[in-house]
Amino acid sequence: MEWETVIGLEIHAQLATTTKIFSGASTAYGAEPNTQACAVDLALPGTLPVFNENALRMAVMFGTAIDAEIGKVSVFDRKNYFYPDLPKGYQTSQLFYPIVGEGHIDIELEDGSTKRIGVTRAHLEEDAGKSLHEEFASMTGIDLNRAGTPLLEIVSEPDMRSAEEAVAYVKKIHSLVTNLGICDGNMAEGSFRCDCNVSVRYKGEALGNRTETKNINSFRFIEKAIKGEVARQIDILEDGGRITQETRLYDADKDETRSMRSKEEANDYRYFPCPDLLPIVIDDEYIDAIRKTLPELPDTRRARFINTYQLSSYDAGVLSAYKPLSDFFETVATTSADAKLSANWVMGELSKHLNQHDTDIKDSPVSAEQLGGLLQRIKDNTVSGNIAKKVFEAMWKEGGSADEIIEAKGLKQVTDTGAIEKIVDEVIANNQKQVDQYVAAEPDKRGKMIGFFMGQVMKVSGGKANPGQVQGMMKQKLDALCP
Amino acid sequence: MLNKTLAGLAKGLQQGEFSSVELAQAYLQRIKNEDSKYNSFITVTEELALQQAAAADASRAAGNASIMTGLPIAHKDIFCTQGVRTSAGSKMLDNFISPYDATVIRKFNAAGSVTLGKTNMDEFAMGSSNESSFYGPSRNPWNTQHVPGGSSGGSAAAIAAGLAPAATGTDTGGSIRQPAAFCNLTGLKPTYGRVSRYGMIAYASSLDQGGPMAQTAEDAAMMLNVMAGMDPLDSTSVERAVPDYTANLDAPLAGLKIGLPKEFFSASLNPEIAALVRAAVTEYEALGATVKEVSLPNTALSVPAYYIVAPAEASSNLSRFDGVRYGYRCEDPTDLEDMYKRTRGEGFGTEVKRRIMVGTYALSEGFYDAYYKKAQQIRRLIQQDFVRVLSEVDVIMGPTTPTPAFKLGEKTSDPVEMYMEDIFTLSLNLAGLPGMSIPCGMSNGLPVGLQIIGNYFAEEKLLNVAHKFQQATDWHTLKPAGL
Repeated sequence: MEWETVIGLEIHAQLATTTKIFSGASTAYGAEPNTQACAVDLALPGTLPVFNENALRMAVMFGTAIDAEIGKVSVFDRKNYFYPDLPKGYQTSQLFYPIVGEGHIDIELEDGSTKRIGVTRAHLEEDAGKSLHEEFASMTGIDLNRAGTPLLEIVSEPDMRSAEEAVAYVKKIHSLVTNLGICDGNMAEGSFRCDCNVSVRYKGEALGNRTETKNINSFRFIEKAIKGEVARQIDILEDGGRITQETRLYDADKDETRSMRSKEEANDYRYFPCPDLLPIVIDDEYIDAIRKTLPELPDTRRARFINTYQLSSYDAGVLSAYKPLSDFFETVATTSADAKLSANWVMGELSKHLNQHDTDIKDSPVSAEQLGGLLQRIKDNTVSGNIAKKVFEAMWKEGGSADEIIEAKGLKQVTDTGAIEKIVDEVIANNQKQVDQYVAAEPDKRGKMIGFFMGQVMKVSGGKANPGQVQGMMKQKLDALCP
Repeated sequence: MLNKTLAGLAKGLQQGEFSSVELAQAYLQRIKNEDSKYNSFITVTEELALQQAAAADASRAAGNASIMTGLPIAHKDIFCTQGVRTSAGSKMLDNFISPYDATVIRKFNAAGSVTLGKTNMDEFAMGSSNESSFYGPSRNPWNTQHVPGGSSGGSAAAIAAGLAPAATGTDTGGSIRQPAAFCNLTGLKPTYGRVSRYGMIAYASSLDQGGPMAQTAEDAAMMLNVMAGMDPLDSTSVERAVPDYTANLDAPLAGLKIGLPKEFFSASLNPEIAALVRAAVTEYEALGATVKEVSLPNTALSVPAYYIVAPAEASSNLSRFDGVRYGYRCEDPTDLEDMYKRTRGEGFGTEVKRRIMVGTYALSEGFYDAYYKKAQQIRRLIQQDFVRVLSEVDVIMGPTTPTPAFKLGEKTSDPVEMYMEDIFTLSLNLAGLPGMSIPCGMSNGLPVGLQIIGNYFAEEKLLNVAHKFQQATDWHTLKPAGL
């Protein structure tokens, strides 16, 4: 008998509205605690919610992008429970009539095939505040800046069968919401977080008891948490035990999940329609207007990258997944007029630097225009690829255009035939032993041996000699020495 | 200068018989001297009143006075008032100084009226006698052994005792109309959505509605002119033009069709009240109205339906009183659960706790369909009854209450008997319709109220119907002995 993993995911995407879902307070991240919580967010007596239409627009954008049914009438419900960072004592959410109904999204598997994952529903709700336990001895601090930030909770069908599929799905949703511009996708700041429902069963048997692991905030942790949880469940079942239906928490430091509360301790949320908010009623016209303004979606963009720029399927996939990256790449490609070279640099040197400095592409110190300018200089032979890396390094650290840096640092490639010939002659004269070997070698072996002479020329020229020119001239001169 | 109606005081101010400051001082002095007998105010805002009165005199001198400028008003202590304790009659909010004004308060301030103070009320508006107030019961000026009604009992007692010419109230199941009836006043519960609920501490959101309590229909019309209108801060307020409610007070009633629901005149109705209400109807016939018997067959269901819906909403609305951010917090909590339990256990009174428990039960998993959903269905039946009848008649008339004001303590031991007090009033709240209570006679020295029910947004018609009666009769001019 073979074990099968069954995974369903709930993703909470913070919608990129400037104000909260039911109040006019700002949603900007990182302000001093409680400076972005107004009377409504504090749940002062007598305050009432007013729905932010931008959140609706964004939810409908998401729904149309995953081919979902859009709720013509959606209703906010109150989910009642007590928690210090939940000021009203209830969360306003949508249980019975969500804004987005059934839809789907396709993920690419490692073998290159695609798999369709069902989206059960997506609904609007408000985020809670934050409880801060560390900084206050024997007390808890409450920061309500986040309270009332709009969330789109995206609930999948239990369609995924491995941690890898789950991550592919999460990445796909992440790519979609960031491309739509409805979520900044910042997982470290909690703008995009994931609850994983995991169960295991013998293949073909009924679903097993599941656990829900809450609030995982990186792709890597999702994979690790699921793998750990699957192993834990299989261990228990193989020892003849039972899986308790419960909520678990992933501890990234220890790389393990631990129990938070069992089903028996679970709240009865006493859902009922929120009497302070009217049902949201929208018509086809509203939905169609939004459908028409949808930006290019990742799948479409990927196909275009392959067709227009002749990128490989892999490169197109990487470059289309994250809108800021896609936009950056396209600007570089336009500026440099060389898409392949642009793809190599964006995915190579630039990504390497971004990763090393843990920087998002949006905050890249090198702009797409700067990088495009540098690639132009590679193309017109002003600098070689290797020198370009030095220019890029300088750009990253100190800023400036490629031309300014090349000029200031004297990195301009030497293309003057006379100057190159001088260095070539010098290298031949100073390396008699290698010249003799070259001459003595079989003609078909000589090609490889030319690398040594190239290296010497580059060393002498400080890397600035045009490699193409050097190669041609060197070969010509060495061959002339051969009998 | 005291003992005048609002309209009379407005005239006096306009003609310079007295200044706003003199008027405010006179009322404040009378409150100081007399209110120990009635306990109608929780907070007297002397400083604020004198400041507003001085500003009113200044704007009158500058030629900027409106009809409301300088008129003293008392506000039910359920309307948040900036810089002033707003308690909702509860220990829970005894220390709560509101940092903002309710929309109703803001509108009265903008109109130039003067806030005398905040009136006593049943705790969180839950009660029909004012006996559930943390600040002790208010007393009926017609007989201080009797209750003034509730929950807006303090407002009613203050006006009846001549401590304020008019006051605001709120009505969730009869809380304006019943105390108006008990204290020989004119009270109007507007159509749900006509007056903003923003800043009005919520009891049952889908039923709560603020309205005027006054000595005459004309005064009520003046106040409704200030209070009515769409508020962007209250999503349930209705976008609809606000007429000048004083404009058509004198329209003739010839041809007015009155319906008398047979269910309102059952055998259990106090015979004196039945006789007085029928006499009032006869008066209307003399004014040109025609009368017919109608049926509201689901009237009997209104009490059970109301006592599911209102407590259900209340149980959620009152969750915010948790001791975390404002209001009462128990001494030395040992942990979070202890804080919640003791804060709410000590901060809320018996009736509030009873309704929270009833509401929590009604919304619980497994009971929702049987109680809350069923109650909402009954609510629709009750509404349909009214809509049908109001397509046949212009107004419905009947008693406001089954008995005149009862004695303090008479009904506190049996909550259900207390709940039956509202049998004639709460069906309107369930249907969202407007209704008035106006004086129509005396029974054993205690006032009796005639209830007039109109169609949605028919406040203008109701005020006209009430005003014409007050032109033809003088029940509304009767004052308690010694006043």
